[in-house]
Amino acid sequence: MENNSETILEMDNICKSFPGVKALNNVSIKFKKRTVHTLMGENGAGKSTLMKVLSGIYQMDSGTMRLRGEDVIFQTPASALNHGIAMVHQELSPIVDLSVAENMFVGREPVLFKLPVINRKEMNKKANALFEEIGIKIDPKRRMGDLSVAEMQMVEIAKAISYDAEILILDEPTSAISDAEVSVLFKIIRNYTQKNKAVIYISHKMEEIFQISDEITVLRDGEFIGTNPASDVSEKELIKMMVGRNLNEIFPKTETKIGDVSLRVENLSLSGKFSNISFEARRGEILGIAGLMGAGRSELVESIFGVHPPESGSLYINGKEVKIRSPEDAIDLGMALITEDRKLTGLNLKDSVKNNVSIVFLKKLARAFSVVDKGREVSSVEELIKKLSIKTPSRNTNVSSLSGGNQQKVVIAKWLLSDPNILILDEPTRGIDVGAKAEVHKLMNQFTEEGKTVIMISSEMPEIMGMSDRLLVLSEGKLTGHFQRSEFDQEKILACAMNHIEKESN
Amino acid sequence: MTAILKNIFNISNKKLLKDYGLVLAFMGICLVLSILSPSFIKPANLLNILRQTSINGILAVGMTFVIITGGIDLSVGSITAVAAVVASSFAHPGEHSIVFVIFSGLGVGLLLGFINGLFIAKAKLAPFIATLGMMTIARGMALVYTSGRPVINLSDQYNYIGGGYIGGIPVPVYIYGLVVIISFFVLRFTVFGRRVYAVGGNELSAKYSGIKTSNIKTLVYMISGMLSGLAGIVLSSRVMSGNPSAGTSYELDAIAAVVIGGTSMTGGVGTIFGTVIGALMIGVINNGLDLLNVSSYFQQIVKGSIIIFAVLMDKQANSKD
Ligand SMILES: Nc1ncnc2c1ncn2[C@@H]1O[C@H](COP(=O)(O)OP(=O)(O)OP(=O)(O)O)[C@@H](O)[C@H]1O
Ligand SMILES: [Mg+2]
Repeated sequence: MENNSETILEMDNICKSFPGVKALNNVSIKFKKRTVHTLMGENGAGKSTLMKVLSGIYQMDSGTMRLRGEDVIFQTPASALNHGIAMVHQELSPIVDLSVAENMFVGREPVLFKLPVINRKEMNKKANALFEEIGIKIDPKRRMGDLSVAEMQMVEIAKAISYDAEILILDEPTSAISDAEVSVLFKIIRNYTQKNKAVIYISHKMEEIFQISDEITVLRDGEFIGTNPASDVSEKELIKMMVGRNLNEIFPKTETKIGDVSLRVENLSLSGKFSNISFEARRGEILGIAGLMGAGRSELVESIFGVHPPESGSLYINGKEVKIRSPEDAIDLGMALITEDRKLTGLNLKDSVKNNVSIVFLKKLARAFSVVDKGREVSSVEELIKKLSIKTPSRNTNVSSLSGGNQQKVVIAKWLLSDPNILILDEPTRGIDVGAKAEVHKLMNQFTEEGKTVIMISSEMPEIMGMSDRLLVLSEGKLTGHFQRSEFDQEKILACAMNHIEKESN
Repeated sequence: MTAILKNIFNISNKKLLKDYGLVLAFMGICLVLSILSPSFIKPANLLNILRQTSINGILAVGMTFVIITGGIDLSVGSITAVAAVVASSFAHPGEHSIVFVIFSGLGVGLLLGFINGLFIAKAKLAPFIATLGMMTIARGMALVYTSGRPVINLSDQYNYIGGGYIGGIPVPVYIYGLVVIISFFVLRFTVFGRRVYAVGGNELSAKYSGIKTSNIKTLVYMISGMLSGLAGIVLSSRVMSGNPSAGTSYELDAIAAVVIGGTSMTGGVGTIFGTVIGALMIGVINNGLDLLNVSSYFQQIVKGSIIIFAVLMDKQANSKD
């Protein structure tokens, strides 16, 4: 038997249902050692569910799993871990008040002299060693809650790697990290498979998938569609397998008439975050903001939106100076901000799809005694569920039981419903599938066609270059570049994004 | 096949438990009590239970608003006392109009609730701490105001609020009913109500959605304070005296009713309907144990156990698989 194609795990006829949803229907896949096996499929296709069955979080209703030829069933994540299966989840769950190292070694902390006392020094040393080995630059003593989403993601990955598991599952690990970190991650993955181990990878990003995968399996609506060697399939074929039809242009930029300035920002500063930012955005325009993680892009738009009002500088909307002291002010002025982290700032996970979608719009649905016009609420929510094809058993389903990508669509729906004139999107297509992504891009285009303004932050180069009319580049809180569409050039943009870093290292 | 059947059965079982578990448990307790003690289901006794429940019920309704935002209000019992003595002090025969008397009680409750709200929403004190402080301060205020003596000699008009009957049903029951209906409506159908859930479910996302979270939080403590004021009026008029030590430890029964009713202590989830059943459950248990001549010491053990059991059941029914 050839060593590099040795099967380590077989999943056979796996079924799993939730109330009202058949999430997995007779799914059978073989995973091999030394192989990066990618799972693809639309939002809600069942990718995360399959991996949660494998890692002991969910119990399958029927089916078999054979690990190294032996039948196994995992009742708990701990037992899966004991059998050499580690998973990095799509939704991070860091313990924010503990340090990075404490998060990494939770439950297996090194102790002092066999006493139940944590050996902090040893723990930090171990974490540091691991970080160094795999090429991550984070201080293990930092508080987890102070890290950016991207840094947290890298810590979670490092943690999973530290178990030295036979099978490493990464559920959309790159949805929150930038290109630089992606290449670090890919190096980590390559090294990992070289140690005779298997990696299962989930992502919606096409370029990435072809870079890293050896094999690709597509799921659709909980059904197994097919497994192919990555070298044997094209992007087009994959999309067809996923959505069941052909999908053409990925970034369908439409030409619009660019009009007057709608938003002007002058010398905006917030200490420690960004300084002296000036720019303008026009009607009918998509203004992109590029930069590395931690460049201050999110902080800038949050500041404009009134979450943390700037310390100095001025804002003008349609030529009139405005003071935005809170998100409420911003919303009243016709702005919307689709935030980066759906779990933290986007959704109320304890409530239904309907109540999440309508919360911003509620004010406008009020009748006498501020009673919500239920009929209009339901019809507008239903319309958006259809328009964004949000996959949910009903509008009254709790958002927490939706797949990650569908949760993201709920956030988008909520802000579309508020009918803004200036729409700010912070990593809007994070974790959503190709079809939905095209849908979001179409919506952005519709928006600008109506003479409204779109400002988009994205760490995905092809996306931001494909969609923007103009591009600003931020680096360490300063504006370092400004490009017209005709001047877009990936190299130059990246150079601006790293502007500051280079200067420092020279 | 059996797996599928089992699955379907499990799901519906669980759903049934989740939606109606509380009501079923309540009916079960009533059934057991009426078998053990035939006088339990006599109309007079049932009315009695309703009247006894109304004060705790009013407090629990206010507490529901607070707990849905993820907070807690420990000061309701003490605010009840302040309102009781203030309203009573104006309620001597022939002194002030009844409307003024009622507004004085409600107003003082509203004011103390507003102060709670300011400390919690603006000064960002933990609700537990702020209302614990208020609990002690308000009790002290009631004692200072009356020099520790009950306020007596109240007008008949005032006493009618707690002691009167309309069509054979005690007036407090009507008051409680009105509070329940209005609160149910506000929480369920108004923009404010929906925002209360949003703030409790995820305060940060509520803020990003343009909700002035500190206003919502202040308002829920004002509601709780005002309803405590109402409870103080009903209580003092029923016993025909404004007692500064009235309402001691009432906050515990109110919290218990809310929690039994399925409202989550972490916020974001809960209903007025659940609270009403929770309050009734406590009322029925108190009454039933009295009828069965269970010693009041032992009653506490039973009550505590039932609270824990109810919450455990709820957790089970709502657990994800
Ligand atoms: N705990 C749960 N309760 C109820 N339904 C669930 C639960 N978890 C997942 N589902 C449903 O199962 C289906 C598959 O979800 P899953 O999370 O596996 O999708 P996915 O392929 O990972 O999608 P995405 O790309 O959006 O992450 C969805 O319809 C989802 O709503
Ligand atoms: Mg997923």
